[in-house]
Amino acid sequence: MRAVLAPEALEAIVEVLRRRDWRVVAPTVRDKAIVYGEIASAAELPVGWKDVQAPGSYRLERRGDEARFGYAVGPQSWKRELLAPSVRLLQIERANGSFKVAKKAAETARTAFFGVRPCEVAAIKIQDRVLIGGPYADEDYLERRKNSFIIAVNCGEPAENCFCASMGTGPKAEDGYDLVLTEILDGSHRFLAEAGTDEGAELLAELPQQPAEEADTAAAEKVTDTARERMGITLDRSDVHELLLANLEHERYDDVAKRCLACTNCTLACPTCFCTTVDDANDLSGGAGERIREWDSCFTAQYSEMHGGGTRRSLQSRYRQWLIHKLATWNDQFDTQGCVGCGRCITWCPVGIDIREEVVAIRVTQEAKS
Amino acid sequence: MADLPTIAIWKFSSCDGCQLTLLDCEDELLGILGRVQIAYFPEATRAEIEGPWDVSLVEGSVTTPEEAERIKEIREKSGLVVAIGACATAGGIQALRNWANVKEFASIVYAHPEYLETLETSTPHSDHIDIDLELQGCPISKAQLVDALLAVLSGRRPNVPTSAVCVECKRRQTPCVQVLGTPCLGPVTQAGCGAICPSFARGCYGCFGPKETPNTVSLAKRWSEMGASEDQLLRAFRTFNGYKPAFREESARHGG
Ligand code: SF4
Ligand code: SF4
Ligand code: SF4
Ligand code: SF4
Repeated sequence: MRAVLAPEALEAIVEVLRRRDWRVVAPTVRDKAIVYGEIASAAELPVGWKDVQAPGSYRLERRGDEARFGYAVGPQSWKRELLAPSVRLLQIERANGSFKVAKKAAETARTAFFGVRPCEVAAIKIQDRVLIGGPYADEDYLERRKNSFIIAVNCGEPAENCFCASMGTGPKAEDGYDLVLTEILDGSHRFLAEAGTDEGAELLAELPQQPAEEADTAAAEKVTDTARERMGITLDRSDVHELLLANLEHERYDDVAKRCLACTNCTLACPTCFCTTVDDANDLSGGAGERIREWDSCFTAQYSEMHGGGTRRSLQSRYRQWLIHKLATWNDQFDTQGCVGCGRCITWCPVGIDIREEVVAIRVTQEAKS
Repeated sequence: MADLPTIAIWKFSSCDGCQLTLLDCEDELLGILGRVQIAYFPEATRAEIEGPWDVSLVEGSVTTPEEAERIKEIREKSGLVVAIGACATAGGIQALRNWANVKEFASIVYAHPEYLETLETSTPHSDHIDIDLELQGCPISKAQLVDALLAVLSGRRPNVPTSAVCVECKRRQTPCVQVLGTPCLGPVTQAGCGAICPSFARGCYGCFGPKETPNTVSLAKRWSEMGASEDQLLRAFRTFNGYKPAFREESARHGG
């Protein structure tokens, strides 16, 4: 099911969803960045804003038009809604000489993600595979995922660090959404809307709309084609798996270790990274305790610490672990790729380390060898 | 009562802020007091119990010959010694004297500097004795203090992260101020504060001191590219935890 929506119809989307008791979370401007937050009106979208990204740098600028989605992805990802930064897993209480274990009560609100970019749709699919795709599902994630509704938005204006075209995840979403919009700025400002599920079609049916003509479909196609061309291919993934595994010892890792702060920002900004730590705490009386799970990262020394010390003590080994997991061993482990090319790890690295450049540096010496 | 573990809280050269963190634990304080005997805590009680003590919390740095002796005695008579705060773990702000002439300071400040008996340096307790646990921070985090006390009382490991402030910053989903243009010490500073400053759009000041494996050279280089002067870099690394080796060495690279 397909239709053309006027910009005002976005307000109807928010209205209909809220009327049906969905919490609507969407991009919105806060703290000089485009973050995800609950909105009550489509007016809270970053209307007329764009982001200027570079390695280790992010700035908002005015666009000079009224585009609703004229920017790429920001510091946060939908991971914050699905694999929450901090979750209480268990509560334990002493009772009559024994103890009682209460699992966290399901308190997940039904949440509509409004404005999910194709790379993020792909990232959600990857986390689905990792966290609920095997025999032992992550209950908290599963609960939140079941209560989510995805309105994707295809990309017309990739940021400097976007490389979804290289990873085959964007700038157009192929599936994994309930409804997808493409914003067309050429000619009259309008959106091509396509339903991906029955729920998406139901929502679309309630919106004020025009039938989609061939010209509209062609215009939408042009939006994503232009975006794809603009990005080009900046990471060759065809042989990256072999390349990295053939170069486990490489001088480039010494070089990157001079720059890397092991600060964890890349992994915590990444929409597919899933590492967490679990801590137990007890209360003063010794009568109750709880188990909390929080975001963690393979970049900390503590993360790999076990009896006898840490296993990844050097910064070389930590960066290598991350790079190779993202681009190679992830595929072996989960049968999906680990990187969707959203560019967050590049933009939000405080010293601007660029995953694409690191691969190129390793490739150059490999090519020299052969 | 007699079976409860004894805790002594000792003050060295400091502002008392970290000890007061304990009194500030209003919700937890009564619970803690019910499970320990306070052997020495002049900020709160006049009662005193002779050593040996099960746990000694030590606040403040070593700046006088008397303090250098006293910490050895406390070590001998204590089961566990926990150093709390930037003074006790790094020498504190007063360690700025380590780059200056103390006699000159004294002659400016005191009418009769000849009565003063002071050391040339302000040093952390780890320079004098073995320490069992360090809680960094200026001041320390209340949550970490309570957790450490609970851990000691229940015989479990304390939860003290040694990773960067960035971990806490990302967990609270603050857009990174460094990437937005404000230099931040978070990537080399140990977590514990909850990343308060970035949440108010300020760069981290490094109150919690160096984290595990801090790459100060790389961060300083980035700050320079962002426009920070050598003097700014010197001051950033030589503040609350300036004498802690990682920050000490980095500040030395920027003059002084
Ligand atoms: S590795 Fe980087 S580019 Fe790839 S998905 Fe993660 S944050 Fe995005
Ligand atoms: S990486 Fe691709 S899909 Fe993601 S925001 Fe950039 S252009 Fe859009
Ligand atoms: S690559 Fe960048 S963001 Fe990642 S740990 Fe290193 S310095 Fe931090
Ligand atoms: S604002 Fe500072 S503490 Fe927070 S992520 Fe950025 S560099 Fe780290």
